[in-house]
Amino acid sequence: MNIPYLTSLVIFLPAFGALLTLFLRRATAIRWTALATTTATFVLSIGLFTGYDPTVSTAQAPQLVDIWAEWLPEAFDVKYFVGIDGLSLLLVMLTTLLGPIVVLSSWTYIQEKQKGYYALLLLLQTGITGVFTSFDLFLFYIFFELTLIPMYFIIGIWGGKERIYAAVKFVIYTLVGSLLMLVGILYLGYAAGEAVNSGIFTTDWYTLLEYNVPLATQGWLFAVFAFSFAIKVPLFPVHTWLPDAHVQAPTGGSVILAGVLLKMGTYGLLRFCLPFFPNVAQSYAGLFAVIAVIGIIYGALVARVQDDAKSLVAYSSISHLGFVVLGLFAFTPEAMQGAVIQMINHGLSTGALFLLVGMLYERRHTRMMDDYGGLATAVPILTTFMIISVLASAGLPGLNGFVGEFLILLGAFQSTVIDSPVLIAFATTGVILAAVYLLHMVYRTFFGELTEAANAQMADLNAREFGLMVPLIVLMFVLGFYPTPFLQQTAPTTDFLLETVEEKRMAIEAQANDEPTTAETPRKVPSAPLEAEEVSIDLPDETP
Amino acid sequence: MDLSSAFSTIVAELPAIFSMTVVGLVGLVLIVVDAYRNDHPAIPWLGAAALAAASVWEVTQLGAPADTVFFETLRTGGFVAFINLIVLLTGLATTLLSIPYLNQLRHDYGEVYALILYATVGMIMLGSSNNMISIFLGLETMSVCLYVLTGLIREDEGAVESALKYFLLGAFSTGFFLYGIALMYGATGTMVLPEMAAADLATTSTQLLFWGGFALFLVGFFFKVSAAPFHMWTPDVYQGAPTPLTGYMSTATKAAAFAALILVLVHAVPGGEWQLVLAAVAVLTMVMGNVMALAQTNVKRLLAYSSIAHAGYVLVGLAAGTQAGYAGALFYLLVYAVMNIGAFGVMALLEWDGKEGREQTLSSLAGIADRRPILGTTMGVFMFSLIGFPPLGGFAGKYFVFAPAVEAGLTWLVVIGVLMSALSAYYYLRVVYVFWMQSAAEVEATNPVTEAAFPPATRMAMGTLVVCAVALVVLGIFFGGVLETTAGFFEASAMAAAP
Repeated sequence: MNIPYLTSLVIFLPAFGALLTLFLRRATAIRWTALATTTATFVLSIGLFTGYDPTVSTAQAPQLVDIWAEWLPEAFDVKYFVGIDGLSLLLVMLTTLLGPIVVLSSWTYIQEKQKGYYALLLLLQTGITGVFTSFDLFLFYIFFELTLIPMYFIIGIWGGKERIYAAVKFVIYTLVGSLLMLVGILYLGYAAGEAVNSGIFTTDWYTLLEYNVPLATQGWLFAVFAFSFAIKVPLFPVHTWLPDAHVQAPTGGSVILAGVLLKMGTYGLLRFCLPFFPNVAQSYAGLFAVIAVIGIIYGALVARVQDDAKSLVAYSSISHLGFVVLGLFAFTPEAMQGAVIQMINHGLSTGALFLLVGMLYERRHTRMMDDYGGLATAVPILTTFMIISVLASAGLPGLNGFVGEFLILLGAFQSTVIDSPVLIAFATTGVILAAVYLLHMVYRTFFGELTEAANAQMADLNAREFGLMVPLIVLMFVLGFYPTPFLQQTAPTTDFLLETVEEKRMAIEAQANDEPTTAETPRKVPSAPLEAEEVSIDLPDETP
Repeated sequence: MDLSSAFSTIVAELPAIFSMTVVGLVGLVLIVVDAYRNDHPAIPWLGAAALAAASVWEVTQLGAPADTVFFETLRTGGFVAFINLIVLLTGLATTLLSIPYLNQLRHDYGEVYALILYATVGMIMLGSSNNMISIFLGLETMSVCLYVLTGLIREDEGAVESALKYFLLGAFSTGFFLYGIALMYGATGTMVLPEMAAADLATTSTQLLFWGGFALFLVGFFFKVSAAPFHMWTPDVYQGAPTPLTGYMSTATKAAAFAALILVLVHAVPGGEWQLVLAAVAVLTMVMGNVMALAQTNVKRLLAYSSIAHAGYVLVGLAAGTQAGYAGALFYLLVYAVMNIGAFGVMALLEWDGKEGREQTLSSLAGIADRRPILGTTMGVFMFSLIGFPPLGGFAGKYFVFAPAVEAGLTWLVVIGVLMSALSAYYYLRVVYVFWMQSAAEVEATNPVTEAAFPPATRMAMGTLVVCAVALVVLGIFFGGVLETTAGFFEASAMAAAP
């Protein structure tokens, strides 16, 4: 299959669908248009999967590239530059897969202002896909911000009681981070342009990769980039917007948020922070590992004490994404692969959990676990799906969650950059804690006495709900039993990134040692990896 | 200068200032028509036609090389055409939005549209000045018309108060301005901008005279563009003036005044010694505007403070003092004009005769977007653009004033700028959520607007708003061409005006 402009098509087809819905009047027509658009997008994205050849080196260029270089005046080397590499491929697939699922899950849940809802949902998908496929930092930023507007409305209009508070908090948190990153992008663009692009401002990812950021500026550039992505992930001290947003958002919004939107943060760390600022990234790796482990344990403990099922799943996201960040900052091939695959796993299993909780809510209009109990006899299929999703999320071998967490922990144990088995041992408790809080939820909700009449009469999944769950459940098993094809697609890219990081780190260090007097400001950043505890000043993630 | 041939030169050069001539003459015709057929409904359309015709002409001039006419008094060429285009299109949008608004208020006097045209003439002169005298003439022509327009609704005490305030403070600032010009003339012996740059400021006293004069001159300008700390008049005046005209004042005035300031900075004081002063004023303006806007509940006042903040963003581009900085500032002025005229336009169409007067507080607008989806959607676009969200014009504008500032080494200034932008998100989002996310039932106590109270919005007015919103999306994605055009104005070859 050889479709021209396939990548761009996958990005913009949903936006086109959004435009189309604006001219439709009947709600049914709008829903079907949204479903058709997202399904078509998913089918097209299979072309990306088959068209991408992992054996070809990504060192030179991504594949399935679309470039429009004349976008900006010549004074700016800023391009419309999208493509696919091993890192983006699976995340794009996840986004396009969740598209029709989210539309289906909203089919009866959204009753008001359906036109706006589906138009925004489709626009959101364009933004997210764009984030994962941009190979130009400016373009990436545009898509990154573009995702905020639809999400703001989705939470704010179709959300719960505290929806406005949650929506505004979500936007302001993200905006503070991303605007500071914008300053970083501008600075980096000029500095790199000066050094490697004959004086022309550049945001091309590959050109920026050639530029060895001097140690003197790496510190604060890394800080603004990492801060922005840390908010998005979210990492421990700046995570507070997440539970609000999740609990208030409608089911569809939560699924997108947890499934793919949060991955923009981890993806950004991997795509930009690590390769652009390798020295500082390694110096601070210990710190990020500590933060990640705090997030893992904190998220799990808070999840354990929730009464609201949705809130519980939201906190479990914080815990699970801690694993991803731990994997990234371990700087070993296993951990990095694990991190990438864990992003996908979390999207599948947490997406499924949100969908199931949403289905319960749609039936009983409550998310409190105490209002349920003994549902297993009333809704056996829903219960089965829930148990599978919970076990996948908790990392049971044979299901997808295990693969990612195992690779991450394995890689982190071997990591010479983190070099702290004790810390990793703490992280491992997160797996146990996950089993505790998730099984506890299952127990409270689905087992025990069936006390309330309303619960006893609850209808099991209908065909639509069954159909939208099946792909997720199937993928959990596929990824759990046979992850090789997926790992194969990502491995060359993660290896390339790790090599680049190491090469650049050495080059910059050598550069700094060769001419230590040329640096205008005294070097604040230690040139060798240090233990995390030693560096605590001007950290990006201490305060929001 | 040979005076015997002066008249023929003037006549020969008249076509070069086609817009000013046409708009001015049609303005006179409107007054005459109004005298015989009082408040004839065709008057605004005639004015709109003049503005549209002049706009079309300016589009053809965008590629023209820079030149001067009328004995080096006025400039022509791409830069001037670009600014004129902003001013003329803003005037056109204002006219179209004013028709239903003033009709509803029963203040649809024919003079209003003539005054809009005269003010436009003043702005065109201001933005094409090559001479201190023409700057002053343009500024005053514009200001006097605006004083009158501010107080248009005579029976409204607030409007009269704001007109008086505007007039007194405006006259005061003109004093500074004129005194500054006088001192600069004293130091250099010339009124022509490029000749000022060439003048020999050998002695300390002439230097003192010149820079002192320039400082006073800047004060006058900062007043007109409502930069802090000379912004105090802005919220009161913007609140009292008829809403579509507030939009006009906040956009076209700023575009023209900033254009003149750019001309002075580029041609008369090209040294760049003023970078830090401009940066300091930019910081103060951004902080004051955004912080004060946080506390506002009246949407017009909120937009007034926001317009102060946006003057600060433009100043960031000027502070960079580079070709790219000026080009970015010009682009920003265009985007800002589109989004602000739109925002005030929406508010104009949402005004009603309620208990609290004709104005709207945020709480009285709860859930308005459900009943007025087009107004709600366009307002959403304007608000997100004002925050600076991609892919809207506001983002591109901010990007291209901030980028040159970073290049010029003013990273600290840009950091303040982006933090203030994040802060501004809070109050702009408030407008959005009041429009879209609150329902009228939730805030029943504050007496939300009933349907009957709305003035009827004409198709033309709604169309204007939709065009503005679409333009912002287009400017936010395909800004390359516009930016290339504005950058072209400041290239070395185009900068040197023919003698």
